[in-house]
Order: sequence, then structure tokens, then C-alpha cells
Amino acid sequence: MRKLVTSVLAGIGLTLACGTSVYAQEKSLTIFWAEWDPANYLQELGNEYEKETGVKITVETTPWADFQTKAFTEFNAKGSAYDLVVGDSQWLGAASEGGHYVDLTDFVKENKVLDKMAPATVKYYSEYPGNSGKYWAIPAEGDAVGWAYRKDWFEDPKEMEAFKAKYGYELAVPKTFKELTDIAEFFNRPDQNRYGIAIYTQNQYDGLAMGFENALFSYGGELGDFSTYKVDGVINSDKAVAAAENYRKLFGFTPPGWTNAFFVENNQAITENLAAMSMNFFAFFPSLINEASNPNAKNTGFFANPAGPGGEQFAALGGQGISVVSYSNNKEEAMKFLQWFIKDETQKKWAALGGYTCNKSVLESAEFQNATPYNKAFYDTMFKVKDFWAVPEYAELLQQLNQRVYPYIVNGDGTAKDTLDALAKDWDATFKKYGRVK
Amino acid sequence: MITPLNTSSRAASRGLSDISIRNLFIIPTIVFLIVFNIFPLIYSLGYSFTDFRASTNAPANFVGLKNYRELLNDPYIWNNFAVTAKYVIVSVLGQVIVGFGTAMLLNRDIPLKGLITTLLLLPMMLSMAVVGLFWKLLYDPSWGVINWVLDLGKFQWLGDPKMALYAVAFTDIWMWSPFVMLLSLAGLSAVPKHLYEAAAIDRAGPFYTFFRITLPLVAPILMIAVIFRTMEAFKTFDLAYVLSTQPSTEVISIRLYKMAFQEWQTGRSCALAYIVLIMVLAITNIYVKYLNKVKER
Repeated sequence: MRKLVTSVLAGIGLTLACGTSVYAQEKSLTIFWAEWDPANYLQELGNEYEKETGVKITVETTPWADFQTKAFTEFNAKGSAYDLVVGDSQWLGAASEGGHYVDLTDFVKENKVLDKMAPATVKYYSEYPGNSGKYWAIPAEGDAVGWAYRKDWFEDPKEMEAFKAKYGYELAVPKTFKELTDIAEFFNRPDQNRYGIAIYTQNQYDGLAMGFENALFSYGGELGDFSTYKVDGVINSDKAVAAAENYRKLFGFTPPGWTNAFFVENNQAITENLAAMSMNFFAFFPSLINEASNPNAKNTGFFANPAGPGGEQFAALGGQGISVVSYSNNKEEAMKFLQWFIKDETQKKWAALGGYTCNKSVLESAEFQNATPYNKAFYDTMFKVKDFWAVPEYAELLQQLNQRVYPYIVNGDGTAKDTLDALAKDWDATFKKYGRVK
Repeated sequence: MITPLNTSSRAASRGLSDISIRNLFIIPTIVFLIVFNIFPLIYSLGYSFTDFRASTNAPANFVGLKNYRELLNDPYIWNNFAVTAKYVIVSVLGQVIVGFGTAMLLNRDIPLKGLITTLLLLPMMLSMAVVGLFWKLLYDPSWGVINWVLDLGKFQWLGDPKMALYAVAFTDIWMWSPFVMLLSLAGLSAVPKHLYEAAAIDRAGPFYTFFRITLPLVAPILMIAVIFRTMEAFKTFDLAYVLSTQPSTEVISIRLYKMAFQEWQTGRSCALAYIVLIMVLAITNIYVKYLNKVKER
């Protein structure tokens, strides 16, 4: 018996010793991201890195619904499970002020990231506070809200003739919000189970905010002053009110029950022949050109968010930057990976795999712009994007926007002016609560 | 003749006394309870008096009753409580009527009674999130089966703010009525047959028999079902979260989730959790007192 116990213990000891020596030799990095196609592309890119350097890259994912919760739970516990995280742009404030992200300011300057990436992506994915010159992430997956449309409906001669007769101009891809609204109204035919447009309305996280921002920014409106945190007179300006009124009008041309719609539902609007146009993040467009997931793939076209009445043209920013987690035990290795990731040739590979690069030269290349039917619209968009607040209390601001804007847009409660006045008060109170304004 | 086992002597022969065996079973449970229930409960009570945010490394500052005061003065929170109360009333009442009614129908000799009872129990064996996604499709105005079967055109079950809460409650009724049915069946089968025979001899009508014999005797077990279902309905989350985003369906646990895990207002959400806990305890106490009265009758 004694011999048996001794042998078993010796065996365990030997196994542990061998295991330890193997682990000690193997270098690896774990990147945390949400569960979606770009994460798979990043894993493929990581496999290339492993071939070149021997450092194993594992992209760990979780569903979007608990991405933020899981990431911050790990940060709060100061856990070292993840070396890098591809986090939402809104997290910058909370993650940098919370000490969860490594300051990448020197890295950005030394590696000329500002010269390599599209300026708007560095501004929103990397810099916090705004215009501070402090950087916490490297632009990784560029994304913004664009539009898909039914080319076959738009190019039908009968429809074109009827449209011109009614509105006095040619039916074509909308260049302004006025045209977008006219086209939505024109194709809205509930008796034929065909509707004008699909827009974001979901208020559980940032769906509604992203959709509303597309109208707000192109109408020349702003969320507030990112330097002074002044919101009264900004989020409830005349331009913002007009944008809200137009978004409410567009809601009237959505399919019935379009009250909880985000990226899944908006792609369904195209695949199920429900709507003529549908807003969505560019990252979700690959499935619309795939005939296996979209029977209308050949008849689906794409365009950038149109201009507002003043000619301004912007879009709501999606996408993420990649940051080094402060509690990682492999920070040096993580920096080396970032150096490799921002190289032009790596960014080319990233784009070829399906990732949305933020690299200026790749974005500007004809090769990239012609690679898919939506890459040109993506390129047009990524140089004119704006984002939501990135302060640590962004989620409270988002919740207040949802509480105020949803009842107006979806249920038609109150007026746009009253809604945005109330939102300005809520946001002002929140900024006062956190000492950003007196 | 079977000789009774002398357990203590057998255990003693293995070197474990009865007390040791008892402790072996009880201590891990108590430790588990203290570590995962009691300790977090007390710890979160402390946090509820602070401005702590779990997403930052900043220390928690004591703010006294500020969180409680602000929450109780927040009209949105009161709206969440009103939505929850309405949901609890509609849902639990519906479950009691449907569940008890089904039990009455099944409490007789019918063919395939066992199979029918088992099939009726299926909904409550499903995951809440799956049921939510499933009913979301059923309610869809464009391709949902419900509108097609009832010939309701494009009727908006979840899109209409006035209808959405009833649609969520209806799903909950579909899912949990079998639970009430199961308990009611147990209660109904325990009613002595001779009472019905005596009522029949006295020529008592069906209403008299139901209100004077069946209901009073089943009431205690029905009350237990109501207590369980009220507590569950009060803290409902999954169904309402998956089915609808209308403000009219934002029950208090959804607000609590957003406050705690989206906004990371840890201190404030701990205070809200305590307010909810106190309310659930108060309601449960009222029920338990009523249950005791019913039992004493």
C-alpha cells in the first residue's frame, strides 16, 4: 500500500514537473472579443502570427449580450485571463480611468499609428479623454452604420417611372435624408407586406442610439461638447430636434412590430423581402452578399449614410480598438503582437480575411474598395464617423437616451423638442453628479 | 423477521459517530450557504450605503442613505415597480385560474390521464430564454403563427406598448400554469371522497360543493403555489428581457440588471436589490400569515 501511494505521488510530481517545463517554454497570448465573424478572422490572423513567431494566439469569445459584463467582471477582479481585449470605443473612459488598460501613448507615437490609421478611427477607438493626446487602444476592427438596399426594387422600370411621377426626380441610391425618407415612403406598402425601411429601435444597449445618431450627425447635430460636457442647447438644438423628427418619420415606414430591432432583425428585413432599405453595421453585411444566408444576395446593394439638409454627412461609429490589459502577465509579448498587427502587410492580410481594417493606405487602395460590394461605402464612411460619449458613465447616459428617445420614436409619445430637452436635463444632471460640470 | 440495523454501532465500528456523520452532511451545506448567500448578502448591504462602482479601481465612499433616497424619489424606478406589480397580478392570477381549472378537469377518470398530465407539464421544463425567443417568433406581426391562426392581420402583440406586458404575462401563464396545476392536482386528490358523497346525499349543487368543500380544502396548497409563483413573477427577468424592449415591460429586475451590469452603479444597485428584497419579504409574509389562517380554519 505504502509503495503504491509513493509511486502515485511520484507520478503526479513527475507529470507536474514535465508540464511546468512545457508551459514555461510555450509563449501564448489570449485576446478577448465578442462572438462574431471578425473574431474568427482575427484567430486566423493570429495563426499566421504563431507561424512567424511561435507565439500562440487564442481569440476567446463570448456572445455580444454579455461581452461588456464579462470583460469588466474580469477587469474588476484584476484577472490575468486576457492579455488583450478588443473593446468597444465607449469603454475607453471606464477602462482607462479604472486602470484596466495599459497606456499606449508612447507606443502610438513611436510606431506612427496616427500616420497609419484613418484619423477618425484613432480619435474614437484610441484617444481618451477627447483631444488629450493620450491613447489606450490601437484601431482594430473599423465599423460604422451603413445601409443595404434592394437593387432589384430600385432598378425596376415601373417603380422608377412611378417614383419620378410622384417625387419629380429619379429613383436612385439616396444622397440625402430627404431622398431616403421619400424612398422609404414610396416603398412602404403594407398591403403587399412590403415596407420602406428598417431602422434600429432596440433600447437594451446602444441599438437605438446608433440609429438615431446616424440621423443626428448628418443633420449637423451633436450629442454635446466633448471638452466642456455642455449638453443643453446641443443635444436639444434645432438640428437635433429635426433629426429626431425625421427618425420618428422613418419609423412609420418600418415593418409592423419593428420595436425591438437591431442587427439581426435589420438583416432579416432584406433577406425576408420586408424592406427596401435597411441600416446596419458594415460588419454584418458579409452575410447579405452570401447566397446561403440571403436569397436576395445578388440584388442587394449598399450605400453610406446620406447627408442631412445642410449637406453634412456623418455616420455613427461602431467597431473596436485593441488594448493591452493592465493585469496581463504577458504585456511585453502583447506589445510585440500590436507592433506586428499595425504593419501595412498585416493590415492587408486582415482586410483580405474579412476584417475591417482602419489602415489608411489599405482603405484607399483600389484592391480593397473593389473587394466587396460594400467596401467602397465603408471607405466613404470611415473618414466621417462620430461616436457616443466615451466617459466612464457612458452606460448611464445611454440608458437615459433610451428612456427618453424610445417612447418618442417608437410610441410617438410627446414631441421631439420635449424629449431632447428632457434628455439634456438628464445628461446635465449626470455630468454634475460625476463632477464634470459644476 | 427483519432485524433493525443498529446504525450507530455500525458507524462507530468504522470510526464515525452519528454526530460526525451529521456534521459531515450539514457543515458543507452551511459553509456553502454562508460563503455564497449570507456573506454576499451582508457585504452588499454595506455597499448599498456607498458610491462604489465595480468598474473602477476607486475606493467606495460612504454616502449614507443617499442611494435609497434617490431611488425612492426616482419616477422611473416607481414606474418599474408599477410595471412589476401589474405583471405579477396578471401573471399569477392567470396561472391560478388556468392551472387550477386544468387540475379540476384532470381530477377525474379520463383516458390517457397520465400522458396528458405529462404533456401539460412540458412548458415548465423548458428554458426561460428559449421560451422567450420561441414566443417572440409566435407573436411576430409579419410571420407569427398566432396572428395567422387568430386571423388578426398585423396585430402587434409586443410592438404595442399597451399590449406588450399582457403578451409577456400570457407567455408566463403558458409556461407556469402547469406548476399550479400539479400542486392543485395533489391538493384535489387529497380531498376525502366521502365529503363529496355526503354533499351529493344532501343534494348540494356543483357551485356549493366547489366553494364549500373543494376550494377550502385545496386552499392551503394553492396558497403555497401562489407564494412560489408571486416570488418568481416578482423577480422575473428572462422572459421580459428577451420578448420586449418596451418601457411598459421593463420590470424591476431588468432595471436592476442594467444598473448593476451595464451602468456599473454597484452601490446604487445594491440598494435597489435591498428594496426589492424587502418588498418580496413583505409580500411573502402577508401570504404566509394568510396561509396560516387558512390552515387553522
